[in-house]
Amino acid sequence: MTDYTEAFKDIPGTIIFDATQSRRGYHLNMFCMSLMKAANRAAFKADERAYLERFPMTDEQRQAALDRDYNRMLALGGNIYFLAKIGATDGFSFQNLASKMTGMKEDDYKAMMLAGGRSPEGNRSLAERRGAGSA
Amino acid sequence: MARITAGLATSHVPAIGAALDLGRTAEPYWQPVFSGYEFSKRWIAARAPDVVVLVYNDHASAFSLELIPTFAIGCAESFAPADEGWGPRPVPVVEGHPELAWHIAQSTILDEFDMTIVNRMDVDHGLTVPLSLMFGQPAQWPCRIVPLAVNVVQYPPPTGNRCYHLGKAIRKAVESFPEDLDVMVWGTGGMSHQLQGPRAGLINREFDTRFLDRLTADPEGLARIPHIDYVREAGSEGIELVMWLIMRGALAADAREVYRFYHVPASNTAVGHILLENPR
Repeated sequence: MTDYTEAFKDIPGTIIFDATQSRRGYHLNMFCMSLMKAANRAAFKADERAYLERFPMTDEQRQAALDRDYNRMLALGGNIYFLAKIGATDGFSFQNLASKMTGMKEDDYKAMMLAGGRSPEGNRSLAERRGAGSA
Repeated sequence: MARITAGLATSHVPAIGAALDLGRTAEPYWQPVFSGYEFSKRWIAARAPDVVVLVYNDHASAFSLELIPTFAIGCAESFAPADEGWGPRPVPVVEGHPELAWHIAQSTILDEFDMTIVNRMDVDHGLTVPLSLMFGQPAQWPCRIVPLAVNVVQYPPPTGNRCYHLGKAIRKAVESFPEDLDVMVWGTGGMSHQLQGPRAGLINREFDTRFLDRLTADPEGLARIPHIDYVREAGSEGIELVMWLIMRGALAADAREVYRFYHVPASNTAVGHILLENPR
């Protein structure tokens, strides 16, 4: 089982939502889930810090949520479908969130998608990248 | 007896639903996407299925982390569109087919697939976007729907091979249902896309094309692709493609490809669609 989850770590820029991540991010994700109710969205917007205190997350997770640091939230156990509910509460599209996570300007990201998306070439494997670097 | 007449697979991108709901289908960005479904809309309308078994995944709408069923079959009378954070989509309530759903549950469980039976479940874009693509914007959906939700969010999701064999068990179940019904099986999600992290935006046209080819030419081989190959080649959310194998398993070995469509992009995703017909 360890081999199964470890193998995914070779894929660049990708975090697999496995048992470890799911346990780490449980309360962060359940906070996100609460944003499916309009009243909770309003309460969160009114006082984000106070609202986040309702959930037994780590301070690091709360700070990442306040900062809207999606990559950090992913690393701390957030799952993208749950995190997207923060984006929806903020009024942002999924494409906007995706561009944020790639560090690209939204217009540049859109242009990349219109041109056929990000190529898998060079993006499949960290081991392959290291091999290419030393060759 | 009931019979499976045809199967189809399609992406279920939420932005496609939003484009429809907001009346933006004629815009240059969206027009090519919707025109790619015109043939199938007409084809399906002509065949008028009584029931669609609709394989999809829930996106943290009905199922949070509290309960994560691998395969969940909707046995309720009806299913309401979910509020995914923007309010529910303005689409009709989905009418179920409890008799067929319970029959499939019983038959597949006795065939050793441990299905979760669901009597209350809101359905999100994963289920409603394919309905909109195939049926447009009617006042009510033209057929009954049996929702079949598959976990592809929490790892591990079911293997492609397990999905393929579940499809076969569903076929056996449908063909032993005593009512005279025309049933279609739809597999949804995919094709290549990644929504998370620095690699977001990944698209792999070559992988997707080969996947479409192998659905008819080599489904047994296709079912053996391991999870890591989906993620590596088709992006982290490309894993949704295992759900297409449930549809494929439910069709005859010699099912024929009627139509396919492929387009990049819809938002972050490669849109893929294929229509398969069982021999008569």
